[in-house]
Amino acid sequence: MDFYTFLIQLLNGVQYGLLLFLVASGLTLVFGIMGIINVAHGSFYMIGAYLAWWLAGRFDSFWIALPAGIALTAAIGVALETLVIRHLYDRDHLYQVLLTYGLILVFEETRSLLWGDDVRGVQIPEVLSASIRLTETLSYPVYRLWISAVCLIVAGLMYWVLQKTRLGMIIRAGSFNRDMVQSLGINVQLVYRIVFAAGIALAGLAGMIAAPVSAVFPGMGNQVLIICFVVIVIGGMGSVKGAMLASLLIGLVDTFGKVIHLEAGGVRLLPELSSMTVYLLMAIVLLWRPEGVFGRRP
Amino acid sequence: MNSRRIAIAAIVAAVAALTLLPLFGEKFTVQTFTKIIVMAILAMSLDLLIGYTGLVSFGHAAFYGAAAYALALLTPQYRAANFWTSFPLSVAASAALALVIGFLVVRTRGIYFIMVTLAFAQMLFFLFFDTKIAGGSDGIYIDVRPVAKIGELQPFDLDNFVHVYYVALGCLVMTFVVLRTILQSPFGRVLAGIRVNEHRMLSLGYPTFRYKLACFVIAGAFAGVAGYLSAVQYGVVNPEMLGWHLSAALMMMVILGGMGTLVGPAVGAGIWMLLEIGLQSLPQTDGVDIGKHWQLFMGSFVVLATLLLPKGLAGVADALRGREARGD
Repeated sequence: MDFYTFLIQLLNGVQYGLLLFLVASGLTLVFGIMGIINVAHGSFYMIGAYLAWWLAGRFDSFWIALPAGIALTAAIGVALETLVIRHLYDRDHLYQVLLTYGLILVFEETRSLLWGDDVRGVQIPEVLSASIRLTETLSYPVYRLWISAVCLIVAGLMYWVLQKTRLGMIIRAGSFNRDMVQSLGINVQLVYRIVFAAGIALAGLAGMIAAPVSAVFPGMGNQVLIICFVVIVIGGMGSVKGAMLASLLIGLVDTFGKVIHLEAGGVRLLPELSSMTVYLLMAIVLLWRPEGVFGRRP
Repeated sequence: MNSRRIAIAAIVAAVAALTLLPLFGEKFTVQTFTKIIVMAILAMSLDLLIGYTGLVSFGHAAFYGAAAYALALLTPQYRAANFWTSFPLSVAASAALALVIGFLVVRTRGIYFIMVTLAFAQMLFFLFFDTKIAGGSDGIYIDVRPVAKIGELQPFDLDNFVHVYYVALGCLVMTFVVLRTILQSPFGRVLAGIRVNEHRMLSLGYPTFRYKLACFVIAGAFAGVAGYLSAVQYGVVNPEMLGWHLSAALMMMVILGGMGTLVGPAVGAGIWMLLEIGLQSLPQTDGVDIGKHWQLFMGSFVVLATLLLPKGLAGVADALRGREARGD
């Protein structure tokens, strides 16, 4: 593998990893703060991608579709929290998993009724449609760099809100002791609603910006969801820092697993078994630290 | 009459009714009930983990699919496998897989356990989906069903759907008896102790890791029994059998019937399967094919059932009995 091919794969790996972080951080925040495991989180990645396709077609502009889509997913998040999720705060994880699994079925079928089951494509916005030439034959699309940049900016914003603002302080306090924060006169219910909507908007945003480079198809959310679980198991539940590290690790392992050729004893291992590499990584972490790299020890 | 006697009478009556079913039922009914019985075995084995030991596995379908794939790979092309060797070998394959996965997942708890069991089941799914080991995403056909011959004697013929039904029913009864025996043994009491308070069991000197692992392997083996039966019934095995939609459906069956009982998951499996068949056959109205979008109703049902019936039908039965006792 020459230098430029390596560089391209490295950038692809980082971009995929950062996108995973966007989805996984929402999932891990909602769990870390509210104690809710939301299996339907991946559905919002799918909904985001379909919204990008639908809204971009309506308004004829990706740049109007983006904020409109974020607003819509956040609104769905608020509605969902109000209608069902808040009944789950005191329930066992088993019920949270089952109820949100039921939501996946509802979302997938609603999507099928509204937008059909076909694979859709979204055009890369014109401003970002250029490519950077690396050699005679190789070039790198600007849009992928833009995805990475957006993810990094959102990650920075998230850090700032959680660590440096009053809202962030309340959120962190609420994750330690809900009742205490409540009795200090803060509306914890409202804070939870904001966190849930924000977590879902993050997944929606990830789906929207990923839509132009990956096809928009049914079931895309479930794929992402399960990889996000792996991210969280490796990084540690509720840890945003861990989610970042694990996302990048998985992004790189998955990307390079698909391009490296590896043989052992005449049996081709990679890229044939590339879809299993991230799970093997998880198995190793489980043997070493069952609570994840940055997880709190139980 | 005390409630224990009523329960035993009800189970005996249910088994008797199931035994007589092929005499009256049509082919479709018998095959549907074979499916339900297979799912009942699978749901019971999952309840050993969820209801009795408190291990919420979201990847139980992996062990079901593993035995099915084992039979497919054990069957020589255009010839039949021997039932008496392929059955124990397939179940052993599931148990061995449960031992390996269990060794990794049992060290986690709570929410991690849910995610990790799902992730490993998905890993197995991709192994069969992406590679050409057994037909890839299309799955693999079992051209000739296993033959159950002992010398010249053939006690049953797996090409006959009624015989398959009775073999499945026999396995259901066997699963019930074995699981019940296990649960009433000292081993089963330790599992219950782990569910209630694992730290305390650990302080009492029980190596809880080994107990949980053993429980995981037993549940995996019985899931394998169901997987083998399913492969025999359909003659085809595909990656969906390992998929997480089945794992989630199984959890729902356990909750629906009432976890922590053996009869509950079996009843839950029946309700779930009949609901699925019923919704799929909904008619087409006003140009919208309702039956095609049956999962919309299934999803809504799951949401409502988890919100309103957390203890399943067993909970409803308890509530009714409680009202009776209070004399309302």
